[in-house]
Amino acid sequence: MAKEDTPLDQAVFDSTLEAELAKGTDRRVAEGRARSAAVRAYRASHPEEAAKHEAAGAKPAAAAAVAGNGGAAAPAAAAAPAGAAAGAGAPVAVAAAAVTTPVREAPLPTGNVPTPKKGADDKHRLLALVPPEGIQRVEREQGDRVNVWPHLLIEEFVAMFILMAGLTLFSTFINAPLRELANPNLTPNPSKAPWYFLGLQELLRYFHPMVAGITIPTFILVGLAAVPYVDRNPSNKPGDRKIAITVFTMLFMFGGILTIIGSFFRGPGYNWVWPWAQGVFFEL
Amino acid sequence: MKLKPPSPSDLGDRIRETEVWKSIFRPGSIFRKGYKDTSRDRALATMNNVLYHLHPVKVKRHGLKLTYTFCLGGLSFFLFILLTITGIFLMFFYRPTADIGGAQAFADMQSIRTSVFFGDLVRNLHRWGAHLMVFSVTLHMARVFYTGAYKPPREFNWVVGVILLFLTLGLSFTGYLLPWDQLAIWAVTVGTSLAGYSPFIAKQANFLLLGGVVVGPETLLRWYTLHVIALPFVTVIFLAVHFWRIRKDGGISGPL
Ligand code: HEM
Repeated sequence: MAKEDTPLDQAVFDSTLEAELAKGTDRRVAEGRARSAAVRAYRASHPEEAAKHEAAGAKPAAAAAVAGNGGAAAPAAAAAPAGAAAGAGAPVAVAAAAVTTPVREAPLPTGNVPTPKKGADDKHRLLALVPPEGIQRVEREQGDRVNVWPHLLIEEFVAMFILMAGLTLFSTFINAPLRELANPNLTPNPSKAPWYFLGLQELLRYFHPMVAGITIPTFILVGLAAVPYVDRNPSNKPGDRKIAITVFTMLFMFGGILTIIGSFFRGPGYNWVWPWAQGVFFEL
Repeated sequence: MKLKPPSPSDLGDRIRETEVWKSIFRPGSIFRKGYKDTSRDRALATMNNVLYHLHPVKVKRHGLKLTYTFCLGGLSFFLFILLTITGIFLMFFYRPTADIGGAQAFADMQSIRTSVFFGDLVRNLHRWGAHLMVFSVTLHMARVFYTGAYKPPREFNWVVGVILLFLTLGLSFTGYLLPWDQLAIWAVTVGTSLAGYSPFIAKQANFLLLGGVVVGPETLLRWYTLHVIALPFVTVIFLAVHFWRIRKDGGISGPL
């Protein structure tokens, strides 16, 4: 039914609109609320017509769905304008509120699979759940956007191609190590963990193994995960984030330096070596 | 009358008009006849492709700037795919057994290098790719930090990222043992010895990791299972959440 065809109660419309605007509601939202209050008021004061409307209604099933499934949303929608109108002192609106409280036709949830109502449509399509005034609200600016195809996808393909070419070239000429068969009785000297753990292995030199191997790694992981909850500064401008950036950079560099030391500056017996003098004891 | 063979472009057009071709490439595909370089078809090209529709139809312009993401997340993901493919290849030729008297795992590694067609190259790709992935994921994390991209509403996606970092390290480390050479078992011995220092549950933690008291055949089987199925499975789930959240959180963050 087109908007103009719906009969409504002009007095309720005006008073609700005024009340909503006075509350500082956005004009479009206010108009929507006023309209729905006015339509309800009209139906309440013209019960015969409302009944006719029901009977002639193109989709009774849809109406049932609003009363039943949409039950949670509907009272909230009804309550808002009715309450506002009551505040403005319009008696008609109070009557409207009483009548528009939705009748729950569907049985209360029992956990049983419901049987379809007689004559109901075969299927409903749930497109989206929208708050009552959501349709009228423009949430986010469209902004300056570009099509993913071709602009972003081409960039991704190029990046992928360069990486793949580089890696293939590297793998063609440089073989991954494979040493002699594992021998539990022959400990190589030095014995090193994979490079990404060498920072921790380096810490073993300075701390008790429980600290270096358990406490610190746990602290790193939990600490990392907590970053967004600790740093509540909403800005992403580097200029506003001096402390965060400094702390992170220092810790990151610290980890990097420990890893480099563990990788290149540790030799037999895990003692200090100068890589250019005594050689590199590092394998990937 | 002489029959002229159709020109290649004619032939191409005719193939693209067949029902079979049209059934494969959905409207908007750039491979479909009639693709026009219009806004509408560009949108359909993204939407109607199972791989591309991981992306929204449009992104913020600044997201294209190389110096914002450095493509690091995307490349990490690409490496993950590459490692999956090369890993499946290697699985055809590798048995995770290391019984006393004959370490099949090590023997298989040797034959992958020497007698499997392209075995050497694939193994190199797998190994170097794995190291590179640890590196790129770490750098990706740093980029996310420096752009402040973990701030609301993206806090939880950062947490998902930390889990992914942990999983990446886990995948890397479990894979490190599989060649069963001196490098493998001693690196793993050093790495896991730390678990023996966990408070209260030292013995249990060690046993859980190794399937014994030292790195042995049971460890190999355990780590193999973790490496080829358990950890990838979990990683894929978290990757799905990660990508889904990027979109739900309003796409790429920024601009700065
Ligand atoms: C397996 C590892 C990972 C993969 C494959 C991955 C993939 C991606 C991709 C493709 C993006 C889109 C933007 C970009 O390319 O930079 C992204 C964004 C993001 N990633 Fe990751 N990521 C991984 C690990 C991490 C880690 C370790 C963190 C942080 C601890 C993290 C946190 C984030 C956040 C917060 C975003 C949103 C960034 C923004 O909106 O600017 N991710 N990730």
